[in-house]
Amino acid sequence: MYDCTRRTFMRSGALALFALGGAPRFLIRAARAQERGGRPKILVALFQRGAVDGLSMIVPHGDPAYYASRGSIAVARPAPGHAETTVDLDGFFGLHPAMSPLKPIWDDRRLAIVHACGSPDTTRSHFDAQDYMESGTPGLKSTADGWLARGLAAMPPREPASPFRAVSLGAALPRILRGDVGAIAMNSVADFDVKEGAAVMGSGPTARRGFESLYEQGVRDLLYGTGRETFEAVKMLKAAAPQRLAPANGAVYPRGRFGESLRQIAQLIRADVGLEVAFADVGGWDTHAGQGNERGQLALRLKEFADGLAALDRDLGPRMSDVVVLTMSEFGRTVRENGNRGTDHGHATAMLVLGGPVKGGRVYGRWPGLRREQLFEGRDLAVTTDFRSLFTEVAVRHLAAPAEPLFPGYAARSSAFPGVI
Amino acid sequence: MSRAARGAGLMLVVLVGAACSSTEPPRRATTAPTAAPAARATTALSLPVTALTHDQQILHALNRLGYGPRPGDVERVRTMGLAAYVERQLSPRSIEDPAMEPALAGYPVLGSSPAQLVREYPQPSPQARQRMAQGEMSRQEMMEAYPPERRPAVITTQMQAARITRAVLSERQLEEVMVDFWFNHFNVYAQKGAVRWMLPAYEREAIRPHALGRFRDLVLATARHPAMLFYLDNWLSTRDDLVVSGGPNAGRRMGLNENYARELMELHTLGVDGGYTQQDVVEVARCFTGWTIDRPQQGGGFVFRPLAHDRGPKRVLGQVIPAGGGQQDGERVIDILVRHPSTAHFIATKLARRFVSDEPPAALVDRAAGTFERTDGDIRAVLVAIFASPEFWSPEAYRAKIKTPLEVVASAFRTLDGHLAPAGAGPDALAGGGGALAREVAKLGAPLYEAQPPTGYPDRAEAWVNSGALLARMNFALGLAHNRLRGARVELPRFLDGADRSEPVQVLDRLLQVVLHGEATARTRAVLASELESAEITRTTPYDRTPKDTDVEKLVALVLGSPEFQRR
Repeated sequence: MYDCTRRTFMRSGALALFALGGAPRFLIRAARAQERGGRPKILVALFQRGAVDGLSMIVPHGDPAYYASRGSIAVARPAPGHAETTVDLDGFFGLHPAMSPLKPIWDDRRLAIVHACGSPDTTRSHFDAQDYMESGTPGLKSTADGWLARGLAAMPPREPASPFRAVSLGAALPRILRGDVGAIAMNSVADFDVKEGAAVMGSGPTARRGFESLYEQGVRDLLYGTGRETFEAVKMLKAAAPQRLAPANGAVYPRGRFGESLRQIAQLIRADVGLEVAFADVGGWDTHAGQGNERGQLALRLKEFADGLAALDRDLGPRMSDVVVLTMSEFGRTVRENGNRGTDHGHATAMLVLGGPVKGGRVYGRWPGLRREQLFEGRDLAVTTDFRSLFTEVAVRHLAAPAEPLFPGYAARSSAFPGVI
Repeated sequence: MSRAARGAGLMLVVLVGAACSSTEPPRRATTAPTAAPAARATTALSLPVTALTHDQQILHALNRLGYGPRPGDVERVRTMGLAAYVERQLSPRSIEDPAMEPALAGYPVLGSSPAQLVREYPQPSPQARQRMAQGEMSRQEMMEAYPPERRPAVITTQMQAARITRAVLSERQLEEVMVDFWFNHFNVYAQKGAVRWMLPAYEREAIRPHALGRFRDLVLATARHPAMLFYLDNWLSTRDDLVVSGGPNAGRRMGLNENYARELMELHTLGVDGGYTQQDVVEVARCFTGWTIDRPQQGGGFVFRPLAHDRGPKRVLGQVIPAGGGQQDGERVIDILVRHPSTAHFIATKLARRFVSDEPPAALVDRAAGTFERTDGDIRAVLVAIFASPEFWSPEAYRAKIKTPLEVVASAFRTLDGHLAPAGAGPDALAGGGGALAREVAKLGAPLYEAQPPTGYPDRAEAWVNSGALLARMNFALGLAHNRLRGARVELPRFLDGADRSEPVQVLDRLLQVVLHGEATARTRAVLASELESAEITRTTPYDRTPKDTDVEKLVALVLGSPEFQRR
């Protein structure tokens, strides 16, 4: 399968040299570029939209102010042998019990956590904060593209060239991947094709072939170029047939859109389509009311989240040596429980970094403390790690992206990296 | 179009030709766009000489001032005269639009106040939401406690369906284009908190009445509207030293929120390089303190709260706003901003980008900006300046724009003269055929009223041309041609009038004429002609003895998904 795909692209690449006017844009980009060999390093970026409560996800059970502030929504102290208590990690922090499937990965030192991580911007608006975390320019809304797109665009494309360098699972291309990298948004691998009507006679893919011919030649412009790129991508996906790859090593993905997205990301990785960055998001973290503690609303979300990450890790097996999974959320939630047994919009949260290249088994970042006078504006976990420092480290050290274009206006110093990779 | 209509059109030509626009119009009961000549006679618009053919000019006008031609529209404009068409579109109130009222009758939220909507489409109680989230409610219980037709999401669904219905059916095409343009310019996001209940009122009160009016009125109406106050947080913005004296938040320290002030200058008026500083942002925010909402969760309206207002002196773009002011401080800021040369240039650029090309010629932008300044922001006058310009009618501008998702869906449906099932009945009771089309717009990447950032959706080709989106456009074309969209139907056999289905080339040429009006490239026609060779398109096999029967649906889909149809 891999060979077949690869041959297709060697041929396309050769063709492109003779007929640049007719080549898809990704081949033109590749023709300009230096060659980079070897198997690609892959970043899987996952956005927890709605602001996850970092204090319930990664519980600071060693901070006495945690239990004093949280009342009914506090997650119980670790009690070995009791399933529904915090899973201790290092004597101070612990995993929410619903996330226990990640404990073996932690023990294997492939899971790192950066706590009290967040944005220098103080907005508590979901949409602004998400926008800033994706554009990579906190406080500045006019940025047109996303930081992952800028990072990838500044890296020379690999050989053989692939239209699947950056893929987002979902209908619309998220802000984080908008820009000059030709990122693909797809609802699902199976959907990334021309939907033929009911077969009237024969079963030939006439509509796809027809559309392809329409875009095959013609003037060299954005529309035709993208059209050609699209059908190259469709064909490559057909040849690689990632959807035929069943989860390996007994991995079981949680039901629902998030698990589906991760399953398909794993398929794209295993089918060697040239993926370098994958993106997916998962919602349901905006727990203003009835958040729950060891059980309840948030516990259900965290279980799905952790089950998904654990399944991806198991499915990819040895391939995880090339993969880093980075989770993010726009901000955290108030330290104090509110009047509806929930939490309101806060400031810092926790982010997870998982994969073979990760220096795991450690919680990174300075802990600012939860006593009232230690809180940001007297109510929220303070930010001690700028998300841009973590993201820069992952992009630079793992993907080998240049630091400059990632976060304009932010001087990323490697001495300030959290050190997760 | 029927022979009778063509006859009437001819009659109009005679009337218009003989008496210009001052003749009393013949009354007609049909809904043809050109049926009712301008009630308000205006001086004739003079259009420049252009290298485009006359039919190309007509297509250009129909594609740019509206959402593309319906069958017969080109003939109708030819009959009434191009300048007359443009002029009438510039005076939408003069155009009768009888089809709209029945078409929108199934969308009651359109006319409802926020307070009504809060009552009719309430947020479920926190307890109910908690039980639902935890899966403690049976499906039956949930449907009873929280029936789908009373959920707040219905408001957005109806608004989306109504917007595409208007784009497809309204005779006031330019007005619809301008409502879309200004809503996008003064964007609010339907999913942000209480905005959903304020959405219909926002479009109805703040955007629509001023779509071709005065720019200052638009800025003021949006600045005061609860939807904008909520979306950009100005309702929370107070003088820096305010401490809440009572209620559940007693003792809480409030303060300045710069969100609206920044976007007002960056996105609504001056533009990002319009010459303001961070200090200006703070000063403008101070001027707007106290502009808030009277009980936003109950659908209340604008209110000015003097206690929250910063009464100190301010300095905005070099102009002093003296101490002791109140609500008029914000109005003063709006006056300063709308008269600033950067605003004229920024708005002229955006309009020229919408109507002419992604990178509009600088000379045109300068002239349009000059008109904006001279007329104190008369939007109609700026549009006249653009429509009367040689740049608008130049071959470089012709078909230079890539259609946005809304434009693709609306123009495809118009071109095939599709029928929208009304809301309130049938399989898609909540939103009717408009709902089906709105979902297609969303699949193409631009769900209506759901642009999250205050920038709205982009108006440049790069934003709409990517692999996934292009496949989605092709799949939309297939879905539409095969009548797979619920409640939004097309009847393709109508268009084959005179063509013999057993003669594929005849069918093809007929369809190219209907959909692309002869503007298909030779290459596209050749590709499609060669597709006709395939057995699937002509539905024959070597062993088939029945007559050929061209697969019209597939052919139509190919034409709608062609590169040519992605342009306007």
